[in-house]
Amino acid sequence: MSLRGETAVVGVGLTEFNGMPGHTHMEIMATAIDRAIADAGIKKDEIDGIFSANFVEMLTPLTVAEYLGINPTYMDGTNTGGSVFVNSMQSAAAALSLGLCNVALICYGSNSATGPFTHPPAMHTVEDVYRPRNPITPYALAANRHMHEFGTTKEQLAEVAVSARAWAQLNPAATMRDPLTVEDVVNARMIVDPLGKFDCCLISDGGAAMIMVRKDRARDFPKQPVYMLGVGSRTDHNLISCMPDLTTTAAKEAAAAAFAMAGVTPADIDVVELYDAFTINTILFLEDMGFCKKGEGGAFVSNGNIAPGGSLPVNTNGGGLSCVHPGMYGMFLMIEAVQQLRGECGERQVDNAKLAACNGSGGFLASQVSAIFGTGETL
Amino acid sequence: MLELPAYTEHLKEGILAEHQKNNNESIENPGPLQTYEENLSRGEFRIQQCKDCGQHVFYPRLLCHHCGSNLLKWVAVSGRGTVYSTAVVRQRPEKGGDYNISLIDLEEGPRLMSRVVDVDPDEVTIGMAVSAHVGMIDDKPAVLFYNKEQGDKEW
Ligand SMILES: [Zn+2]
Repeated sequence: MSLRGETAVVGVGLTEFNGMPGHTHMEIMATAIDRAIADAGIKKDEIDGIFSANFVEMLTPLTVAEYLGINPTYMDGTNTGGSVFVNSMQSAAAALSLGLCNVALICYGSNSATGPFTHPPAMHTVEDVYRPRNPITPYALAANRHMHEFGTTKEQLAEVAVSARAWAQLNPAATMRDPLTVEDVVNARMIVDPLGKFDCCLISDGGAAMIMVRKDRARDFPKQPVYMLGVGSRTDHNLISCMPDLTTTAAKEAAAAAFAMAGVTPADIDVVELYDAFTINTILFLEDMGFCKKGEGGAFVSNGNIAPGGSLPVNTNGGGLSCVHPGMYGMFLMIEAVQQLRGECGERQVDNAKLAACNGSGGFLASQVSAIFGTGETL
Repeated sequence: MLELPAYTEHLKEGILAEHQKNNNESIENPGPLQTYEENLSRGEFRIQQCKDCGQHVFYPRLLCHHCGSNLLKWVAVSGRGTVYSTAVVRQRPEKGGDYNISLIDLEEGPRLMSRVVDVDPDEVTIGMAVSAHVGMIDDKPAVLFYNKEQGDKEW
């Protein structure tokens, strides 16, 4: 069977992003869960599927079940890095469709900004010995290779950050809302060349939670359901030295699978939410997902094309670059897609948005999970 | 003091003794990664080559990631390579200053992370020809690359 349209998102919850000092990651997560439960109009005891992972503890689904005082029938603590929540959404859709659970909760919380500093995990002795500044260096290597092969420029990378900031200026919840120009980005302090300060995502506190059910129940909740139409998950490495081609990610295959399941093409998509940990990500994923040709991403993001008023709205909350990035961002991009399809996005709302495409990235461009969401009329 | 570490140490000793009794001759000890590192500490840069498909394998593994074979042998490499991509990690001078991180494609096929150390970090370019030697980073042996030939290599 296909998972197309079999499940829907019926509740979402976000915390504030501007710091929650004195809160643990679980307390931040609980804040988001509380809001998602209220949004779906359910009681916490109805949740019987838990999908959760983070980078500070091993047994996250157990922590969440204990914290909520529930005894779920299905748990998934898979960790593929920041893509994991899109991956979890795939697992939740499958588990719901098979009746292994009836109400799935996907959730995340982090106190990256105000909590104790967490060192990036060791990768492998063959790389760690060189002290690559992870996670930035792998993306700098990808950016440099893209610039070498296709003539992509620092100014084009900067356009990604500037577009994200322009969206953030329309989002009262976003962290960074001051004006930002291409010159600001290009002239900023270099962190790992060719990536400077504004090419890198934020470090935030933040929690996010999402509730999914099968389509037969999807209309029984207060909010308009948002259907999962397609999903695809792929990975082609873990160490950056093992990535076959630094200019093409596994999102190429992941997105192709997601579009095929959904039965739509990039041209049909109204709004796009991508994991922009660094400016190069947006360019790579737009190319790999088929929104433009390989190598043409730099030109595609220029002249405000992905900014408000451009031809393709991308990262409409301001993204990881300007809205929020609490360590693992995959949850937040899906929720922005859901809220856009519900028409809840105020000043940044994309007119008449019916189809949204997402891509979560995990590890260093390693795990790629694409998803297509749609309103009821796209079923 | 926790009692647990001593207890688990005791358990581990017992298990190790059992392992030695039943030593499986088909397993070569140590494993590939430790063998690689022991070679490096003797100044030898060796990688693996698959006896079945003939392709080279890096990082060191028990299984060939090309064809799945478990028949891998250690071979010397030419040490010749090309910079596939490069980046400059910015660091304050008092902490040691900027340094280079590159991905190097070996002539034999595999790609590895390293540093090109005989030119300024931002002078390293994609496509640059480089050659390997075994040096040290933070008191650990590591394969490093030079843009200029550094004389005869012993491996
Ligand atoms: Zn082989």
